[in-house]
Amino acid sequence: MPSNTDNSDSTRHYRRRRLVSSLFAGSCGLMTVLCVVVLGGLLVSIVAKGWSGLSWTLLTNLTSRFPEKAGIKHALFGSVWIAGLTALFSVPLGVGAAVYLEEYTGASRLRRVIQLNIANLAGVPSIVYGILGLGLFVRALQMGATILAASLTMTLVVLPIVILASQEALRSVPGSIRQASHALGATRWQTIWRQVLPASAPGIMTGVILAVSRALGEAAPLVAIGAAASMSWAPMSPTEQASGLPLLIYHWAAEPKEEFKDLAASGILVLLGTLLLLNAGAVFVRYRYGKRIKW
Amino acid sequence: MPSASTSSASAKVPGPEAAEPTVDKSKRWLWERAIHVALALCAFVSVATTIGIVAILVVEAGPFFLEVPITAFLFDTKWSPRLDHYGVLELFAGTLLVTVGAAAVAIPIGLGAAVYLSEYAKPAVREVVKPLLEVLAGIPSVVYGWVALTVVSPAIRGFAKWWSEATGWEVVVEGFNAISASVVVGFMILPMVVSLSEDVLRAVPRSLREAAFALGATKFDVTAKVVVPAAFSGIMASFLLAVARAIGETMAVTLAAGERPNLTLNPLEGVQTMTAYIVSTTQGDTETGSLEYSTVFAVGLALFFCTMAINLLAQWILERTRESYE
Repeated sequence: MPSNTDNSDSTRHYRRRRLVSSLFAGSCGLMTVLCVVVLGGLLVSIVAKGWSGLSWTLLTNLTSRFPEKAGIKHALFGSVWIAGLTALFSVPLGVGAAVYLEEYTGASRLRRVIQLNIANLAGVPSIVYGILGLGLFVRALQMGATILAASLTMTLVVLPIVILASQEALRSVPGSIRQASHALGATRWQTIWRQVLPASAPGIMTGVILAVSRALGEAAPLVAIGAAASMSWAPMSPTEQASGLPLLIYHWAAEPKEEFKDLAASGILVLLGTLLLLNAGAVFVRYRYGKRIKW
Repeated sequence: MPSASTSSASAKVPGPEAAEPTVDKSKRWLWERAIHVALALCAFVSVATTIGIVAILVVEAGPFFLEVPITAFLFDTKWSPRLDHYGVLELFAGTLLVTVGAAAVAIPIGLGAAVYLSEYAKPAVREVVKPLLEVLAGIPSVVYGWVALTVVSPAIRGFAKWWSEATGWEVVVEGFNAISASVVVGFMILPMVVSLSEDVLRAVPRSLREAAFALGATKFDVTAKVVVPAAFSGIMASFLLAVARAIGETMAVTLAAGERPNLTLNPLEGVQTMTAYIVSTTQGDTETGSLEYSTVFAVGLALFFCTMAINLLAQWILERTRESYE
């Protein structure tokens, strides 16, 4: 503490400390504003370049060498297939793993190991999952670069997200619900299936939507397994050649022609629009069903 | 219901065996058992994934390491598989250059924003900014790549041109450059730094702040000399996790930094990162079993161990800090 002997000196000292304090607050605030401004700038630049390219033909045409005729239909079909199958595979697996960890294992060593492992998997780069998919699904199991192989690869990418979100949701269900159910004679599984899972459904749904968003946006695993950016047909079954919107955007962005870069921006708008819809759905689920349950 | 299968959880939840009807007891027991095993298998998938990653990477990279001595892989300074140069250092240097740049962007901005949100912002502001940051985190990496290529890179090149003309000091920025990759990757990992750091800052007990205020400290003193040091290890963990993410970042870096291996410290030149090499090689028709095919897995193995080591360190730090508050 500064001494109180010299009054003017201590006032000056006090003022300087005040100044430092408000400068610090100001610069921290500035950093926050910067984050928001960058996000705004990002979206504006995409809309500026891509808005004029948005049209019905963009959605219904296949890709082409001529930018004015090029469309994203095949990639959109591929992405929808991959996202759908990924959800189909990852939800039972992820929720199952979460239920096992939360409801069946106590604070055991096994659980700690699995938990650490999941946290690590969440940090493994998606390109590494991609070459795992290339080595395992595409080459060793001889699926080829199909939608099925892509979906299985993507399942591994998003599994940690589903598991962690589901665990969070299960943990938020109070123990008294379980005890009440057990007291009425329900078995452990009956309790989970009829009480715990329905109560945690909104949280699990949020995690699943997060995972599907990730699967829709990832391009790296698709590149690695050998998915195609351009196709002469739109895929109709899981055993057909994989394609995806992010992959097509990547290829268009890498084209030297300016027109293709603008097309990439239009593709990005479609992708971001889809993600926005999905996440609005998640917010709605959380708001609508999250509110109804109160303990 | 048997208690054999239920180790510690049964202590928490009383068993309902008393009320069980005897008729279908064994059938129900079987069903419960089957469910238990099925769920355990689900949990095992995550362990199997890790084993699978290591196994596939090691098996497929095997031919590479049989052909190329490990010393050449680690210490040669040129990466050019077609000319028999396999120095992963050149790719690693590219990764390092982009990552350091990204950290230089994300760490000051991220920490500043986290401090603001945790210590200064009104709840209403926080409620608005945090979801916006989540949006920033949810934007796919290929979108950031497009932004780097069509917005950030031209802006930097334009500035360099203006600078060269205005000062006569020639600054050359290549068409593909590490700096534009660094900037976008920095903003990609920013939300991670902000949200994790904010969590640990907010976890610092209120009593610490109040004690400092009572001693006459200003808000700056409290924040910079009490709260941030108290949360320091958690903040470090958030930096580490963000850096691991930057190392593994693929599409944005491939688009912005290019696909030419280049051992340099100059961020204005193009570089090829480890991830970009995997992309450019798997894109072409590489023959299964060829040496070039196995280089992908060798580089993947190096990448996996880099990120894994950093992530493990971060998890270890986080676990320790969590214990210290409980």
